[in-house]
Amino acid sequence: MTAPLRRETLENLDLFRSEVREWLEANCPESQRQPMAREDQYWGGRGSKFPSEDAKIWFERMRDQGWIVPEWPTEYGGGGLDAVQAKIIKEEMKQLKARTPIFGIGIWMLGPAVLEYGTEEQKQQHIRAIINGEVRWCQGYSEPGSGSDLASVQTKAEDMGDHFLVNGSKIWTTKADKSDWIFCLVRTNPNVKKQEGISFLLIDMADEGITTTPIDLISGDSEFCQTFFDNVKVPKDNLIGELNTGWSVAKSLLVHERKLMSEMGSETPRQVLAPNAAARVYLDFEDGKIADPELRSKLVDYDMDMHAIGLTHFRTFEERTAGIRSAAPIVMKYVGTEAEKVKSELLLAMLGSRGLGWEGEEFSVQEIDTARLWAMSKGMTIAGGTSEVQLNVIAKNVLELPQS
Amino acid sequence: MALVLNEEQRLLQDTAKDFLSGNAPVRALRELRDNKDATGYSSELWSQMAELGWASIILPEEYGGLDFGFTGLGVVLEEAGRTLTASPLLSTAVIGATSILLGGSSAQKSELLPKIAAGELTLALALEESHRHNPTKIATTAELQGDNYLINGAKTFVLDGHSADQLIVVARTSGEESDSSGISLFLVDNQSSGINCQRNIMMDSRNAATISFEDVSVSADQLIGKLNEGWQILEPVLDRGRVALAAEMMGYAMECFERTVEYLKERVQFGALIGSFQALQHRAAHMQSELELCRSVILQALSTVDDAPEQLPLVASLAKAKLNELVKLVTNEAVQMHGGIGCTDELEIGFFLKRARVAMQILGDTGYHKNRYATLCGY
Repeated sequence: MTAPLRRETLENLDLFRSEVREWLEANCPESQRQPMAREDQYWGGRGSKFPSEDAKIWFERMRDQGWIVPEWPTEYGGGGLDAVQAKIIKEEMKQLKARTPIFGIGIWMLGPAVLEYGTEEQKQQHIRAIINGEVRWCQGYSEPGSGSDLASVQTKAEDMGDHFLVNGSKIWTTKADKSDWIFCLVRTNPNVKKQEGISFLLIDMADEGITTTPIDLISGDSEFCQTFFDNVKVPKDNLIGELNTGWSVAKSLLVHERKLMSEMGSETPRQVLAPNAAARVYLDFEDGKIADPELRSKLVDYDMDMHAIGLTHFRTFEERTAGIRSAAPIVMKYVGTEAEKVKSELLLAMLGSRGLGWEGEEFSVQEIDTARLWAMSKGMTIAGGTSEVQLNVIAKNVLELPQS
Repeated sequence: MALVLNEEQRLLQDTAKDFLSGNAPVRALRELRDNKDATGYSSELWSQMAELGWASIILPEEYGGLDFGFTGLGVVLEEAGRTLTASPLLSTAVIGATSILLGGSSAQKSELLPKIAAGELTLALALEESHRHNPTKIATTAELQGDNYLINGAKTFVLDGHSADQLIVVARTSGEESDSSGISLFLVDNQSSGINCQRNIMMDSRNAATISFEDVSVSADQLIGKLNEGWQILEPVLDRGRVALAAEMMGYAMECFERTVEYLKERVQFGALIGSFQALQHRAAHMQSELELCRSVILQALSTVDDAPEQLPLVASLAKAKLNELVKLVTNEAVQMHGGIGCTDELEIGFFLKRARVAMQILGDTGYHKNRYATLCGY
């Protein structure tokens, strides 16, 4: 049933929105309303510093207001608000161009998992630390040999009575070299169906036996790492959920990751122009139209697809609010990341040779970022489940096609 | 703006599904075709549809309308798309009714709209003059002579043109051939002398007429809206028609896709259900993704008509372009995935394939709407 919002509810929401707007207007420093470069982002963590004094003030005000994660419970430092209110805060922040005060995998992924599967002690230990920016998290899912077959986890955690002994290695651990803790899928039973012998374990990266090396990527970045575990002792209290039920926790988390990736276009820290803005800078116009018919046609295809994708994000939200299930959220990772690749190819084509600069003074930051984002976009349809895996999931779970 | 249906709209959807699958399945279209039906749709069915209120679904209550808005209309049209139901729903209840509603005088409204609502009056828009949609390129003229206008010219691709009681003729009353100003709309009795109407059987087994006008005389009170300012009515009417047709096209795509997925679950080749082949699974999953995007676009476009008509041109072009490409993809894949049987007349998939191609041309193909969308975006 689509609960059509009642008039008094709508009026309350209008009131809430104007209060949010007023508060943001009064509390967001002017410098925190400017577009953000990568070095302006704050990710928190033990050794972290704020990029500026204003960034610190902004973060602390948002934290004290409970709006770092508005929909998390107040007893752990959240705002205790519902999804509609949280969306209003997000919209008003966007309206004001207010920066996101802190980024983090703890907020996007681990927090929701601990809130859903964790014990009271685990919630007390981890949730507030995430909100306060005290602990930066990374994800330990993939392994060097596992690729798309995520459940083929080999890193093992042996039950040693009072602790687990962890050995193995994890790859594509995002920013592991800057993270304090890692959440891992580990093999706790090798003798059952592969999905049924996996556990979800939280590991302090300061523990003895852990080493991390960054991986250089085609984009020139090295935000991904490989992390090695050599006889690492992990307390048993760090298990999330029951032993050997890690696969369910992981699957629930993947939903968050895929949703995040499907929306990543608007969150990218790279300073690239939107394609229709780039057209005005880099393309010739005749009679108010882009002169090159091929690029004009590709641009309008892209803009229409993004229009449709944006509407589908709205629909997903409205359906969730109304308690309606549809296939829309399941297709969004595939659709969103494929569109990111189209966008990058389109920008590269529009910029011509100015999109090929890699470093140096000749090219603007935007131009170099365009080239690098293009290279980075190739990984977006691989990370978090390849497009092919996404299509398999749609075929199986939505269309219920027979499995071979 | 709502991107989910409310309870009233879902009830309407259920009613429409029950009625149309019971009374006007694809088989009914085949019978109309095979019997060379003179009208091209069942008048009895149209009366029943009018009794259900569908002829007046978007009309205000004061004219005997249901006043369900475009989202309500959209759910009925989508169901009519699933069954490929031939009826004057688009030409009369959408394009005809909105022309009167947006442009008509109060006398025209109170005379015509209740008749449309009752299913007693059918209309057809005589717009196109060439084989490609170009709504401002109007050479047909209407010249004042005494108290009457004399209409001269020729129209093509007039949907339901041979069966409609009255035509809404788009004529030039001033300006150059491709100007949007100088266009006027006239309500013309289809039996008027000087009208020569030729019914054409189209590939979708429905009708589009070629109509010529030779000194067809209409009185000045048959003008809809102001002289020379017909475009201000016509453009919003066309956009409403595009959105409504896109909703119907969503029905073709849904039905065709669901039938194809069912076939993938029953057809055995090489000792396995063909739906287990990844080559087909990925293509089906890709179609599901496109269907989800188009579903959002349709819901948005329908509610834009009711809630934010100033944004309609962009969204209407988005909807028509996206749905054009969707029905092309889904009907082509449906034939391919059914294999040889997909090419037979016995299987109904071919009806969807052919109807899709006609719908893709009605009120603008993909190129037309991409160009319009880009222009509206300023590039």
